Amino acid sequence: MSVAVPVAQGGIRPAGTDWRGLAFHGLLLLSLLFALLILFTLLADLISRGLPTLLERGTTFLTSPTSSQAAKAGVSQGIFGTLIMAVLVAIFAFPIGILTAIYLEEYAPDNRLTRFIGVNIRNLAGVPSVVYGLLGLSIFVIGLQPLTGGRTMIAGGITLAVLVLPIVIITSSEAIRAVPGALREAGYGVGASRWEVTRLLVLPSAAPGILTGTVLSLSRALGETAPLILAGAVLGGFSSGGKDFFEQIVGRYTTLPVTVFDWARRPQADFRDLTAAAIVVLMVVTLLVNAIAIILRNRTERAW
Amino acid sequence: MQLTTSARPDISPLGLRGSPGRHRRERVIEGILLAAALVSIVISALIVWSLIGGAVEFVRQIVFDQLLADGWYPRRDEFGLLTLFVGSLLVTGIALLMAVPVGLLTAIYLAEYANARARKVIKPVLEILAGIPSVVLGFFALTWISPEIVQRVNPHSQDFNLAAAGLGVGILTIPLVASISEDAMRAVPRSLREASYGLGARRVTTSLQIVVPAALSGIVAAIILGISRAIGETMVVAVAAGGSGGSQFTANPFDPGQTITAAMAALATGTDQVAGAAAAFQSLFFLGLVLFVITFALNQFGDYFVRRTRLHY
Repeated sequence: MSVAVPVAQGGIRPAGTDWRGLAFHGLLLLSLLFALLILFTLLADLISRGLPTLLERGTTFLTSPTSSQAAKAGVSQGIFGTLIMAVLVAIFAFPIGILTAIYLEEYAPDNRLTRFIGVNIRNLAGVPSVVYGLLGLSIFVIGLQPLTGGRTMIAGGITLAVLVLPIVIITSSEAIRAVPGALREAGYGVGASRWEVTRLLVLPSAAPGILTGTVLSLSRALGETAPLILAGAVLGGFSSGGKDFFEQIVGRYTTLPVTVFDWARRPQADFRDLTAAAIVVLMVVTLLVNAIAIILRNRTERAW
Repeated sequence: MQLTTSARPDISPLGLRGSPGRHRRERVIEGILLAAALVSIVISALIVWSLIGGAVEFVRQIVFDQLLADGWYPRRDEFGLLTLFVGSLLVTGIALLMAVPVGLLTAIYLAEYANARARKVIKPVLEILAGIPSVVLGFFALTWISPEIVQRVNPHSQDFNLAAAGLGVGILTIPLVASISEDAMRAVPRSLREASYGLGARRVTTSLQIVVPAALSGIVAAIILGISRAIGETMVVAVAAGGSGGSQFTANPFDPGQTITAAMAALATGTDQVAGAAAAFQSLFFLGLVLFVITFALNQFGDYFVRRTRLHY
């Protein structure tokens, strides 16, 4: 680069204390400290608010439904909703996402359709989550009401599945791309067909990476609030008592983040601590999912 | 001479092609894979279709003057768009004032200064920060940032305010800015650094005057994609900036206010009720379209800069 020579001369100084360098290093450490401090303050503040309530209420907090009275309200419906969302995302997003990644990496010819699909997926990944909520509202809640039953867990779960689909595709594609070509050539060399190479050689090698990506996308889905508010999750109390499993799935629902939002909006002071307690539960769930992803990655990461 | 292959059809060119059943299976599988890949195109089409459909419906139902109202009160048929634009601009501006310096400096540290051990600590911190649900950050912005930071800076500011929301969005944007700019700096070839060190330049000089300029495209991309992320962020603002029923026009970050996204969340908190008031319901899709177009344009712009870095080296 032509700029390198004249500019670098400014950096050549006689030996001695490099104040400029030290100051910059200090600034870098300061910004790191700042990021660490934010995370620490956030966790400390939420835990110091939420933990006392959580301990005081004990397991009744986890097993009670939402309520307009802070003393009685709990997160059982939120936990149930979040778990069902996780299952629905796994059912709808993972197979389609992984199959798309296989197509793009192993099968697709380099033509305009393939490039368009790729560009389109990257664009989808950048669409704000609240817009997916509108898609859920107009298509899955209103348009497909006969199939989804309107404002039900099914509609919400499919909305979240669509939201994380591009992430599943992108992370799975990266995992498949990291498998060395020599492995495929070895497979073709012994007469395997394309699908046999994919299923027997490429996928087993890419499985750890695909697994990590899908788990991370799951944790993203579980923390989402905005799309579900639009796609019909319930803010406020509702009763799910006396309903069996399937009636709940095609009925009104809430999830942990939606419960957090609902309580955070309430003016009463005792709901503040209750919100923090719900957040602690939510964070435990999402951190658990994230931790699984990080452990999977560290244990199965391999260099080719 | 009689070819031996005719006696052993299994290794003749024809025999090697395998059974027709095997071929059929391959074609069926390819068809299934292609169908899966086309789902994403269907999704895009459905997004655009539903946004445009609702937005057109909205424009039909209102008169233009309603868009110039001095506030955003959809249930009263006042759709002052400027209120939301200025709100989004304030929140995004405040978020970037925080996220760009912190994210960029963190990226420089990770790419140029950190050893493997330091990276092992810092990367997970950024990943955890990126994984925090935005509604949680909204609660933090409302209950900690607002009283401990914003109201100390300006004692007259209200509990719900745009500044606290902006800082909360900024926290969420830091990991994105940091990771994209770090990738860009790592893509700068080693030889450039070695040339700089060879000329006797120090690390600070090499970082700031060689690596950062060489990675500039990627850094610009990081900032643009950061803007896109900040504009699209919903829950932090919905919780911390107040204005759940609507908002008066304000350009003061210490007032409560609304952004494009928060207005959508506020409207949706009662979609069953809003569904009756038709224009208010359709305004959701109008705002969604505006948001979609803005973030889409920013993402194209950002991708262009990301690609430029890749082309360079």
